[in-house]
Amino acid sequence: MIELINIHKSFGSQTVLNGLNLTIPVGKTTAVIGPSGEGKSVLLKHMIGLLQPDQGDVLVDGKSIVGLRRSQLNQVREKFAMVFQNAALFDSMTVYENVAFPLEEKTSLSRSEIEERVAIALQEVGLKKVNHKYPDELSGGMKKRVGLARALLLQPQIVLFDEPTTGLDPVIRRAIHQLIKETQEKFGFTAVIVSHDIPDIFEVAHHIAMLYHGEILQFGTPEEIQNSDHPVVRQFISGSLDGPINSGVA
Amino acid sequence: MTNFLRAIGRGTIKQLQELGNCGQFLAYALYSILRRPGRPVHILKQVNFIGTKSLFVIVLTAAFTGMVLGLQGYYTLTKFGSEGMLGTAVALSLIRELGPVLSALMVTGRAGSAITAEIGIMRISEQIDAMETMALDPYKYLISPKFIAAMISMPLLCAIFDVVGIYGGWVVGVKLLGVNPGAYFSEMYKAVEWKDVYSGFVKSYSFGIIIAWIGCYKGYYAGHGAEGVSKATTESVVLTSVLILVWDYFLTSILL
Repeated sequence: MIELINIHKSFGSQTVLNGLNLTIPVGKTTAVIGPSGEGKSVLLKHMIGLLQPDQGDVLVDGKSIVGLRRSQLNQVREKFAMVFQNAALFDSMTVYENVAFPLEEKTSLSRSEIEERVAIALQEVGLKKVNHKYPDELSGGMKKRVGLARALLLQPQIVLFDEPTTGLDPVIRRAIHQLIKETQEKFGFTAVIVSHDIPDIFEVAHHIAMLYHGEILQFGTPEEIQNSDHPVVRQFISGSLDGPINSGVA
Repeated sequence: MTNFLRAIGRGTIKQLQELGNCGQFLAYALYSILRRPGRPVHILKQVNFIGTKSLFVIVLTAAFTGMVLGLQGYYTLTKFGSEGMLGTAVALSLIRELGPVLSALMVTGRAGSAITAEIGIMRISEQIDAMETMALDPYKYLISPKFIAAMISMPLLCAIFDVVGIYGGWVVGVKLLGVNPGAYFSEMYKAVEWKDVYSGFVKSYSFGIIIAWIGCYKGYYAGHGAEGVSKATTESVVLTSVLILVWDYFLTSILL
């Protein structure tokens, strides 16, 4: 379980997270939604220790990860995998080398075993005959799939998705969402998705957290969020131009 | 007035923080070399990049440096009737000073800038973050191999620079200007001592560390976007070049 307690984070004079509290349920998919620039990715990076809060605590399975040494943090990160917004594939490596990289570095599997597992992982995300291609030869959707295959290969307990469908067309977007849903159900990992894909995300997530002005405005099931009376949540879901989000006052 | 003082204070604190980060980066990189040197294949790849691929520019620069030394040395030495000392003058200038410094400056321009750009692009495209989320230490995969490769490559490149430069001086001095070929080398053998060669290698070894240190550091902490990487690359080349010259002065004063 991941718990974020009273998290404050500023970059220079800009306050991004302002006393945020959030608990991520185990074995479920939680989506963090909210307007652009509200710090959703910053929030995600706090969960895995890529960013440290100015104030507050981040607990993973009850243990604080704030201020840990690199080696201690790496022990916690063994539980995690992260799929980045732009896939963050190693651009000097082929697709095969990208997916095989964590296996080669962290396991003692033989070459043939690694090849077999990479082939299965790529097949599971619906990719064929891409082993020898470099990331810049792939489409956006294919990159995201490779990123997903690489993330799931070591069977993590927690998977963080940073806007996994940004910049994709509606068909591929839906396919990626379906893939996330199926893999989460199959492997049972805890998933946290940062997204603004309304209403698609309601079909994927078990819980929704609405981030606004550095705090979690509302947390609930997709139904609860869809039926929310809060004017900010209502405006965000409806995509209306009129409302508190435009005026900047909740 | 208060604002002016505040601005000076802020600037000073920022510079001190930068200096502290830079020192901390070097300390952790050297510690990583001992604990996690990286795979031999990664190190060899970097030796190829920093060392082998710099050979052409090193040979070219060395040849012309030696030839210029031959010309200038001959011009000066003939005034004292001691053109037979040309080999010694060329060899000592190259081995003690010009070989290590010029080869380091050439590698800074060719490989140091590329190291910063490569790591900087990995930083802004979240590839380093991706490595960290896999619980893999970027120092082991990115930084340590470059440090080790620079420490291996620089003394070797310096040795090649010295030899090619000495033959460059020989071509001009002996073949073009008619200096006695026997005197060119025999005077050199008498005058050049082991401590001259040793001091040149100590310099080039430490310059290798400086090139890897600043190149990696500037890339690792590159700012945002293409502009951030571009700025980091420029700063890396300028800072490395200045540090090489400053450090050269201190080392020379110690090793003389």
